[in-house]
Amino acid sequence: MDNIIQNMQGIPLNHYLIFCSIIFVIGVIGVLIRRNMIIIMMSIELMLNSVNLLLAAFSAYRGDPSGQVFVFFIMALAAAEVAVGLAIIIMVYRNTKSVDIDSLTKLRW
Amino acid sequence: MTIFYFVAFLSIFFALMTIFTKNPVHSVLYLVITFFTFSIHYILLNAQFLAVVNFIVYMRAIMVLFLFVLMLLNLNKESEPMKSHLVKFMGVIAGACLIVTLLGAFKVFESSNEMVTAHENIGLVKNLGKVLFKEFLLPLEISSILLLTAMVGAVLLAKKEKVVKKHG
Repeated sequence: MDNIIQNMQGIPLNHYLIFCSIIFVIGVIGVLIRRNMIIIMMSIELMLNSVNLLLAAFSAYRGDPSGQVFVFFIMALAAAEVAVGLAIIIMVYRNTKSVDIDSLTKLRW
Repeated sequence: MTIFYFVAFLSIFFALMTIFTKNPVHSVLYLVITFFTFSIHYILLNAQFLAVVNFIVYMRAIMVLFLFVLMLLNLNKESEPMKSHLVKFMGVIAGACLIVTLLGAFKVFESSNEMVTAHENIGLVKNLGKVLFKEFLLPLEISSILLLTAMVGAVLLAKKEKVVKKHG
């Protein structure tokens, strides 16, 4: 474990910022270019996870455990969100027989 | 030090594979690998508790849920709806604009170029549990109520509706 901690001494905080924003943008692109509802939810998970990692990095940087507690709460929230979202997707599939996001146009004028 | 860059490259690669693969089942499997690399990142940050929770909650529970729904709905490559190339191109351009904006903002905010030092025992269960049950006791209880509500809501939503007979 000491070896791993030694390995971590040299990463600037900027690199964590850049890496997490790249992952976040990949999630945004996934939401924009896919039509399958399940893949869109997976992209949202990707965005949530990138923010989690950045919070953990800031927590290690500041030496403050509150950031990691926030990550824990976000994970609980994500689990609840996925459960409800997948239930909604199953209900939509039962009514429209597809998971295409474009089939949900009833609310559009 | 080089471990971080290698794992970061792997995460970006598998995240890209997740959104660009046509087959939804392969997409879920690539997402599992991405979450595994995130677990490695947590271990590198010396946040062991988060690494284990990430492994259990994301890689097992959520991914099993996604795979289960995909197989329940019987989706495969042939039935996968895809957007036109123009819309895809526009989406990638929009994402590129977003990342350029973010990187420009980080460039202005220059004071963050210090090293991240992983502290010895911040992320251990002992320390984190003390913080969780002293300072964050009320949010913890509220989040348990949230999970219960989500469970009831999911069951209620996914249940088949009974056919209601209309009288008159």
